[in-house]
Amino acid sequence: MRGSVFSDALAFLRNTWRGLTSMRTALVLLFLLALAALPGALLPQWSTSRNGVQDYFDKHPTIAPVLDELGAFNVFGSVWFSAIYVLLFVSLVGCLVPRTGEYLRNMRARPVRTPRNLARMPHHSQATVDSSVDEAIAVARKRLRGWRVDERDEGNGTRSLSAERGYLREAGNLVFHFALLGLLVVMAAGAMYGYEGRVIVKADGSSFCNSGTYNYDSFEPGLRVDGTGLNPYCVRVNDFDVKYQPNGQPKSFHADVDYQAGESLDNDVWKPYGLKVNEPLRLAGDRVYLTGNGYAPVFTVTFPNGAKRTSSVQWKPMNMQTFLSQGATKFSPPGMPDEQRRQRNQLAITGLFAPTASFEGKVLSSKFPDLRDPAVAIDVLKGQLGIATGEGQSIFSIDQSMVESGKLNRVARENLRVGEQLRLDDGTVIHFDGVKRFVNLQIAHDPFQEYALVFAIAIIVGLGASLSIKRRRIWVRAGPTDGAARTSPDGSGTAPTSTLIEVGGLARTDQAGYGEEFTKLSGDVLGKSGHHSAPEDSHGSASARERNS
Amino acid sequence: MPINQTLSGYSDIAFTTTVALYLVAMLLYFVEFAYGKPRRAVRERESELTAVGGAGGAVPSTTAKTPGRVEPEPRRPLPERFGGMAVAMTVLSLLVHAFSLVTRGLAVGRVPWGNLYEFGSAICLVAVVAWLVLLYRQSRPVRKSTTSTQLRGLGGFVLLPTVLLLFLSGTALYARASPLPPALQSYWIWIHVSAAIVSSGVLLFAGVASVLFMLRVRHENNPLKMVRFGSRLPNSQTLDRLAYRTTVLIMPVWTFAIVAGAIWAEAAWGRFWGWDPKETSAFIAWVFYACYLHARATAGWRGTRAAWVNILGLAAMLFNLLFVNLVIPGMHSYSGL
Repeated sequence: MRGSVFSDALAFLRNTWRGLTSMRTALVLLFLLALAALPGALLPQWSTSRNGVQDYFDKHPTIAPVLDELGAFNVFGSVWFSAIYVLLFVSLVGCLVPRTGEYLRNMRARPVRTPRNLARMPHHSQATVDSSVDEAIAVARKRLRGWRVDERDEGNGTRSLSAERGYLREAGNLVFHFALLGLLVVMAAGAMYGYEGRVIVKADGSSFCNSGTYNYDSFEPGLRVDGTGLNPYCVRVNDFDVKYQPNGQPKSFHADVDYQAGESLDNDVWKPYGLKVNEPLRLAGDRVYLTGNGYAPVFTVTFPNGAKRTSSVQWKPMNMQTFLSQGATKFSPPGMPDEQRRQRNQLAITGLFAPTASFEGKVLSSKFPDLRDPAVAIDVLKGQLGIATGEGQSIFSIDQSMVESGKLNRVARENLRVGEQLRLDDGTVIHFDGVKRFVNLQIAHDPFQEYALVFAIAIIVGLGASLSIKRRRIWVRAGPTDGAARTSPDGSGTAPTSTLIEVGGLARTDQAGYGEEFTKLSGDVLGKSGHHSAPEDSHGSASARERNS
Repeated sequence: MPINQTLSGYSDIAFTTTVALYLVAMLLYFVEFAYGKPRRAVRERESELTAVGGAGGAVPSTTAKTPGRVEPEPRRPLPERFGGMAVAMTVLSLLVHAFSLVTRGLAVGRVPWGNLYEFGSAICLVAVVAWLVLLYRQSRPVRKSTTSTQLRGLGGFVLLPTVLLLFLSGTALYARASPLPPALQSYWIWIHVSAAIVSSGVLLFAGVASVLFMLRVRHENNPLKMVRFGSRLPNSQTLDRLAYRTTVLIMPVWTFAIVAGAIWAEAAWGRFWGWDPKETSAFIAWVFYACYLHARATAGWRGTRAAWVNILGLAAMLFNLLFVNLVIPGMHSYSGL
């Protein structure tokens, strides 16, 4: 009883395994993989378009949460997508392992023995020649150089060659599939041990050092990255240059940076680099990319007690065509030892910045992304910013709840051009000094990406080999004719020896198009070995059969 | 580098001419397809007529040869001559088409596939070249399984999507000659985009073959269905082979295009693969074509089912070309619109 349950379970497992590794299942899984990836292209994804997902939530408030629950906004991290590709790769392994074994056996095996009746092969031709069997075989052997050839003696003076070629097809096939497997592993490893971070650096000689995650504005570590032991280096952004076409399309971005890494970090030497789009700075196993830019207006606030504070904080570009930007520059009054009082007298300059100003009445907009005529439209708020509450605050905006609770009040609204200033009722002067540019840097680390490249190349090479190389067989049989003396073509007498050569061919690949090659080959084997030529070629009629042979 | 407006103007004129010429060529192909008779059928009809004439005895056979009189070589039937004109017209428009792309490239001093208009135009060029190469290869005496008329009749069906795509490129997707945005200023645009163009063009061609295969199979399964249309198409085996061989030929190129894109993405976007909508849909198309190749090797999936998969692949390519570039915001928003 127990034994039968056990064997039933075993049979079930075996059948499942067989089912899983069958081509049909693999095909269905492949199909599912494509279908499952479809929402990844149709719907915005958290990983690539956070704003897109937010928009989707706003526009479709009922269906979005359901979709989110199903993982439709995180397709490539979802359980169902992973399930499909894991099953697919299990099926692949189940198929590859036996095939590799078979391939290795095949490599050592002798080519298949010559079929008795070659005329039944899809490709066939024959001729009678004057040379001996040995000569005919020698000619055929010479012609079949590069093929794997095996010779057999079939008795009665008849000898045959069986030859096969195109073993690389299956090798390419195996390489391709194993490389796919390798690529998956390497991508997973890259996601585990890699990290990606973003940081904004002002292009005024400010620098970024990869000494810890706290230096980043955002940091996405892989599962196995804890943020310690990052590759040490520093990047200093001296200047940022952008050129525009007259229509406002950017022509070029160029950040003039210096960097320190390894030795130069120890002896404090800066090396220059021109950072551009498409030309990342590669150092110490990390890559530093230039991914964006923007403006940081510079304000100087002269407080009633005469103290001056200058600050420039990056404002966020709202429109990538005109670079109309929005932000908040925050000040704490100096010379106020009383913490409570200082908290209540904080200042925030919020509003819009336009690199090329255009006013409609008092409303500021921008008509060009380059710095031609910069202006700001600002609200000045005074009161409690809420910075000290310990909660993180966006650098681009003020805490609206402080405004709503009346702790932060607007005290002025004004449009300013560079050099203009604004005086508050309490005597505070706000001066718009100018503009600095900032760059968005992206730092990426993936210790496995070179391996990914190797596997990708293997995929292309393997695929090319498996799709272009044809596996084909050819057999040559040479034997003495039935002893009857034959008249030689000039009719002058009997030929001393006469040999019947038969050639048969079989393509083992779908749609191989073996016909032309076979015609040439058999022509050479038959024609050159004697002066009786005109092989009785029968492959023409057989070429239609070729496709399934 | 300043834009050469004269050259760019020539390019635009050439482009419009190209569309018109392709349209004419397409109509000529269709005339032959609709009115021409497959040669074999003509021959059969003739011999049938003679036989009837002989049996009846009363009707003098017009086709019987009179001894001593040299019969003039019969003129090729009119539709067949239309077919010949169609091919000539295709070659001519292809030349104008190539001129249009080359002058566009010269006018802006960069690759002529920097936005969706140029990309679409280049894909069409490849599809037409693929068609002409096929026609040339098929005209060699080795292959006789189909008559030249039957194969040539496909020309209209190849040009139909080509003309549509060209028209779309020239109207809705048209972008004025302009320099490349910084993101595209890389030598990878030569490698990645050209590979994508070649594979898209050839896969378009393969997809057309599969669509026709489906129609022909309907006719072959039930000769009463689509009697006129189906019987004029080449046999299903030929169409199937055409679709399969072109796909097999181009699949490594398409794979290379994706890999080259990944290498470029590593240099441009900070990662070699990030499931950007374009990457995702390229992946989907690739998987569909992988399905197709596997389907061809799986019992019960050959033939119609495989052809469906190939058509799905083409649909994914078109989705990738148009929908992803125009509708979905992603990093491949280089349409220039």
